Amino acid sequence: MTLLHLAILSPFLMAILVPFIYKFVRNVHTGWFVLVLPVTLFVYFVQFIPRNMNGQTTISTAEWIPSLGINFTALVDGLGLLFALLITGIGALVVLYSIYYLSKEKEQLHSFYVYLLMFMGAMLGVVLSDNMIVLYTFWELTSLSSFLLIGYWYHREKSRYGAQKSMLITVFGGLAMLGGFVLLYLMTGTFSIRETIGYVPAIMDHYLFVPAMLLILLGAFTKSAQFPFYIWLPDAMEAPTPVSAYLHSATMVKAGIYLVARLSPVFALTPEWFWIVSTVGIITLFWGSFNAVKQTDLKAILAFSTVSQLGLIMSLLGVGAASLHYDMLDDNIFTVATLAAVFHLINHATFKGSLFMVVGIVDHETGTRDIRKLGGLMSLMPITFTIAVIGAFSMAGLPPFNGFLSKEMFFTGMLRVMEFDLFNAQTYGFIFPVLAWLGSIFTFLYSMVLVFRTFTGKYQPEKLEKKPHEAPIGMLIPPIILASLVIVIGFFPNIISYSIIEPAMASILPTLLMEGEHFYVNIYMWHGWTPELFMTIGVVALGVLGYLTLPKWRRIYNLFPEKLTLNKAYDGGLKGLNTGSERLTKFYMTGFFRDYLAYIFAFMIVILGSTIAIKGAFSYSFDDLAPVGPYEAVIAVVMTLSALTIVFSKSRLSAIIALGAVGYSLSLFFVIFRAPDLALTQLIIETVSVALFLLCFYHLPEFKKVETKMRFKVENFIISAGVGLVVTLIALSANSQQVSDRISNYFIENSYYLAGGKNMVNVILVDFRGFDTLFEVVVLGIAALGIYSMIKLRLSRGEEQS
Amino acid sequence: MKTNDVIFQTTTKVVLFIIVMFSIFLFFAGHHNPGGGFIGGLMTSSAIVLLLLAYDIKTVKKILPINFLTLTAVGLMIAVLTGVGSFLFGAPFLSHTFDYFELPLLGETELATAVLFDIGVYLVVVGVTMTIIQTIGESE
Repeated sequence: MTLLHLAILSPFLMAILVPFIYKFVRNVHTGWFVLVLPVTLFVYFVQFIPRNMNGQTTISTAEWIPSLGINFTALVDGLGLLFALLITGIGALVVLYSIYYLSKEKEQLHSFYVYLLMFMGAMLGVVLSDNMIVLYTFWELTSLSSFLLIGYWYHREKSRYGAQKSMLITVFGGLAMLGGFVLLYLMTGTFSIRETIGYVPAIMDHYLFVPAMLLILLGAFTKSAQFPFYIWLPDAMEAPTPVSAYLHSATMVKAGIYLVARLSPVFALTPEWFWIVSTVGIITLFWGSFNAVKQTDLKAILAFSTVSQLGLIMSLLGVGAASLHYDMLDDNIFTVATLAAVFHLINHATFKGSLFMVVGIVDHETGTRDIRKLGGLMSLMPITFTIAVIGAFSMAGLPPFNGFLSKEMFFTGMLRVMEFDLFNAQTYGFIFPVLAWLGSIFTFLYSMVLVFRTFTGKYQPEKLEKKPHEAPIGMLIPPIILASLVIVIGFFPNIISYSIIEPAMASILPTLLMEGEHFYVNIYMWHGWTPELFMTIGVVALGVLGYLTLPKWRRIYNLFPEKLTLNKAYDGGLKGLNTGSERLTKFYMTGFFRDYLAYIFAFMIVILGSTIAIKGAFSYSFDDLAPVGPYEAVIAVVMTLSALTIVFSKSRLSAIIALGAVGYSLSLFFVIFRAPDLALTQLIIETVSVALFLLCFYHLPEFKKVETKMRFKVENFIISAGVGLVVTLIALSANSQQVSDRISNYFIENSYYLAGGKNMVNVILVDFRGFDTLFEVVVLGIAALGIYSMIKLRLSRGEEQS
Repeated sequence: MKTNDVIFQTTTKVVLFIIVMFSIFLFFAGHHNPGGGFIGGLMTSSAIVLLLLAYDIKTVKKILPINFLTLTAVGLMIAVLTGVGSFLFGAPFLSHTFDYFELPLLGETELATAVLFDIGVYLVVVGVTMTIIQTIGESE
């Protein structure tokens, strides 16, 4: 355990303290105490920046389960540090925001901050773990704490629905990811990501390599809300707004991005990775932005916008994988995609965080998030409006904000796909810039809707629950900080390019760097008259046109049938699973013993019979057989006839008597096979059991006591004949294949000398194997007690109540 | 109408002792000849059953004031204690031994600890069968 480990685990430790603080310090908002932690952590992580700029990484290991190779290895490299700064920085702002957002009196603050701190710690663990199992542990903790946070207002139906949905989808992906990690472990023998990278050339052609990749990508796509798994994110908007701002825009949904970036050095050389990651990303981008335009709820717009922006980053990471196919750093035109991914990741966290906070303020001050009710808030909430404009314009990709820079780079990356001369990219690559451009137009559209529908237009006070006014200053500070970052990064992008982006790129594309080399990143506003700039101009022009004519072409959203949406598919699938499994259970769990017996016997026939058939186990030989004498033959015939009588008899009484006949012929068999003890016992036991059968028969209820012949059923006949046949076959084969000597010779030789008894059966029962007898006696005792208590303890309903 | 079964009852009085003697014989013969605790116990209980058939449950309870559940427990106890007893001699659970002794009246006789175990079995079997038959017989 080092200070670094303590830093990662400190939110969990703090979470233990929170309820006590909440209980004993009631007049101060609990959030103030919580706020100290992320601020401290942020300052702590900032100190790593100089080291990472020099290309150094910090690693420290704490042993957890060393025998399985599972150790808590904390690794601070460029990528991890970038995320750690996002988590702690935005975490601090969100805690500050939540202090003003959540009421001290009305809300269960201790639960909120415990969940939030759990999430923060889990997220830090995800991004700073080098061990895949530890990463997975923290990964599931983020799913769990996110579930708790979405369902924070658990008395609302929709909160519970959203929480369940996100849990099901992200845990599904998480488990798939675990499967991927295990497959990687099978190939490499290590859980360490760094060591796995070293093995990559050797395992590239392993048959488990692509399955491992697909499983891990499934985890990343579900967590990062990629197509078609994005459906949980809009429903997760039922969470309190600080949670949406923190989890569902800046941090948790980027865990999948992190995973893809982190494992790029492992998988990126395969064509599947390039195609899957970039295609899924670009489809998500387009689909998310297309759907965002039709939303009327501010948070839903932001949710779909997050989906779309995550798709953008994902597609950039996919395209960035192309750069690994060229060894040289010079003129490697595809590194720009990775650069754009990292840069947009930071930008998105800043502007989306601020936008969520703005929406939270609007919601908090007006009581609604519906854009049809809102309008004309510009003069009432000028500061909020300013922040919203900055955030939304940055999201739309307008200068001079940071979104413009990353969007330009995004276009550059997408245009360059067409120059990639592997994996058929030159043939199909054109869809990337086209979809990217279309997606950007929709992005522009919904950004404008977000700002202008809320803050301009007609003020409708009659539709609002509260009288709107500007938010308190504490609620405004966090979005102001984020919005100023948007502007600062927009104007001076290079303050983060050397310190943060370059080390992060070095972690995503480590194989491109020689010793002592580092990426040279220089971002500037003006590129000259490049195609990207014309694309942006086109986006703005078409976007403005689209916004002005929005009511006219809105109808195209109705063209898409409601029944075919992914949400319907999810709900229907869940319902279908429920009803399907219920139907299946009802189908085979009939409640009738005869059906269960039929299953059991049918399985017995199938399993034993097929084993005999497959293994070729059946054999018979007549070498070891004794001659059949007349006595045996006669008794066998008697026994068979009595058995047939049981089956075909019309009355129960004759069946019972026939059963007795079978039993007595059995004891006759014992006699002629020289087993006097068995014969004696069988005789008496048969008598007792026939007497008991007669007792049962005598006490059958009068009502409906119709003596009917047993009905014939073909399936029962087949099953019983099958059982008889299989058992006979097995007995024959077993008898013909005597592999070892019998141990009875030992008993014959020793029963008198060692145990002093001439009755070998009895000596075996009480001496050689007395232990069995002891417990058979116990069985008898239990049976007696059982019968005694069944008959004596007949509590009818009336007696139970008294 | 109460039937008069004097012949049955008189026969029972005679036959009962023969059956009991036979069951005791079977029990002791067990070590060297067919028989043993199990069959001996069953035979004893069939003697009691005969008694039950000839008379009613109340009478039999008066003649044999035995709680058969307790008898079962005692039998189990004897069987287990025989097993535990071998610990006293540092032997594994349920080790048996035997030896020959000069006894008055009987002359040289073999005494085996296995018989103790068999007594346990015998008592359990008697207790179990009688418990079952009595409980079923008493129930309405």
